[in-house]
Amino acid sequence: MATTKEISIGDLGARAGKAEEEINGETMALNIGPSHPTTHGVLRLLAELDGDIITKCEPVIGYLHRGDEKIAENMTYNQFVPYTDRLDYLAPLANNVAFAMAVEKLAALEVPERCQAIRVLCCELARVSSHLLGIGVFGMDAGAWTVFMYTFTEREKLYTLFEELTGARFTTSYTRIGGVARDIPEGWLGRVTDFINGVLPVLDEIDKLLTRNRIFIDRTQGIGAISREDAIAYGLTGPNLRASGVDLDLRKDKPYLGYENYDFDVPIGTTGDCYDRYLLRAEEVRQSVRIIRQVIDTIPDGSFYAEDAKRIFSPPKDKVLTSMEELIQNFMITTEGPQIPAGEAYFEAENPKGALGFFVVSKGGGGPYRLKIRGPSFCSLSILDKLVPGHYMTDITVILGSLDFVMGECDR
Amino acid sequence: MSHADFASLQERFAYLTERDSADHLAVNCPAEHLLEFCTALRDSLGYDLLVDVTAIDWDAETSPRFTGIYHILSTTHHNYIRIASDCTDDAEPSLPSLAGLFPAANWHERETYDMMGIRYEGHPDLKRILMWEDYPYHPLRKEFPLAGIEVPFPAADVAETANAKVLPAPMMGGPFVSSADGTMREIEPQAKDESWTEKEEQS
Repeated sequence: MATTKEISIGDLGARAGKAEEEINGETMALNIGPSHPTTHGVLRLLAELDGDIITKCEPVIGYLHRGDEKIAENMTYNQFVPYTDRLDYLAPLANNVAFAMAVEKLAALEVPERCQAIRVLCCELARVSSHLLGIGVFGMDAGAWTVFMYTFTEREKLYTLFEELTGARFTTSYTRIGGVARDIPEGWLGRVTDFINGVLPVLDEIDKLLTRNRIFIDRTQGIGAISREDAIAYGLTGPNLRASGVDLDLRKDKPYLGYENYDFDVPIGTTGDCYDRYLLRAEEVRQSVRIIRQVIDTIPDGSFYAEDAKRIFSPPKDKVLTSMEELIQNFMITTEGPQIPAGEAYFEAENPKGALGFFVVSKGGGGPYRLKIRGPSFCSLSILDKLVPGHYMTDITVILGSLDFVMGECDR
Repeated sequence: MSHADFASLQERFAYLTERDSADHLAVNCPAEHLLEFCTALRDSLGYDLLVDVTAIDWDAETSPRFTGIYHILSTTHHNYIRIASDCTDDAEPSLPSLAGLFPAANWHERETYDMMGIRYEGHPDLKRILMWEDYPYHPLRKEFPLAGIEVPFPAADVAETANAKVLPAPMMGGPFVSSADGTMREIEPQAKDESWTEKEEQS
């Protein structure tokens, strides 16, 4: 005998709708950092995730704030040089040069040609060093570990060269207002040539490992694309700006240190995605090598500091110890600081991470009344809350790696 | 060249005055015209890349005390312009926000607010950026001491269990600084704040 039993299953459509709501409706808050390997320092990201997709991302900075600008107001210009090492601590030589240039601009002081050439050499070696690390860790962020080993080996050789030049591997403090701390050592240029000859094959190796690597391309192409308009609006500079197709390189467009005398190309990206930023940095290293070669071939003889700037540059030790006038000069500059006239000046240098700017306000005397440091990484990170939403969680690593920022100059 | 530029600017914007500058074209712009002037700069004069926003504190005795400084670069003709805008109120300084015009201004203005205490009217989310949210001071103001001031620890629960406080930096031995003016004795490189001594720390 068959019996029937009625079972109520309710409105199927409504149930299905509710299930979908349960899946989609909930978002998850995720805190990344401040201590996290992908944040390259102490950056904290407050992310909101819908499944695997990021819907909101708020960068929180300031964990490395040391009050550099306040410290600067309380010391003389030369005393501040070591603090500039710690801005973009992956390219301290370039920071030293940018700071010295800003103060010299206020003093309307032109350094001799040899000094300029040495500084160009410093800037470009710093760029090679910074980009090598940038590419290496970017590869590592995207899962390509080997590249890091190659680039770190090369960077180590560079640090040996820096040590020979400045006496320190990382915190170089090489420039003084009106010159550099010491002339280049004998035979050093030859060793730089050996280095750049050796770095080119390594760049080819990196190229083979990354540029046509299927996994790397899948993870970077079309990811984190910054439009030309956004790049300008958010004040990006350097490689991040050029990857978005904006032709702006201060070395070409606002030449300083005699960059107009050297022949080099400025690579420009098209799509502004992570892959473009990688390609751009790789090419910039080659261009830097080109500049370095030209500097070595044409480096003029002469003085490595502005000899007539008697109230700005403290003369070299051998002169201080043998001549009365230089001894007095050294004493005055050490106690009172380089005498810079009152006024305001702003100088930006094309550093590896972008335009590092110093705004110096002087009321005369040996130290700045106000010193504002404009760190390119600060601006590069300000775009994150617009750039990251819509990407997968795993893309955060790649986007952060491709922006190549440094918290030292972001938080100052 | 900068003078010729300034003349043509002033023809269009009568409220501008020229500002002393060791380098770029520099103008003083009254705060009430700032937004209008920057819009014109961006839209018709090609100054499209806001590189820096900051402020200067001319110390408590000077009026106007705070001057907002803007640097804008052109990505087409590659010239900089410096715009200075005085804050009319010394006690509660404020300036119009440029964040609507240049998204880059958002973080720069937050930083200037954090460090100098200048309020940017119309800013979408004016909060501290380098210091933590409850921090009571604006450290780049001239009266703020180099060593810092004792403040409560930002995390209340940690402060309660560990009795933690944010203390001024011990200045003995560093930063080893010299000042720009004063007698020979004063400008000699020395530790600035001598209130802190080893003896005091032990007690």
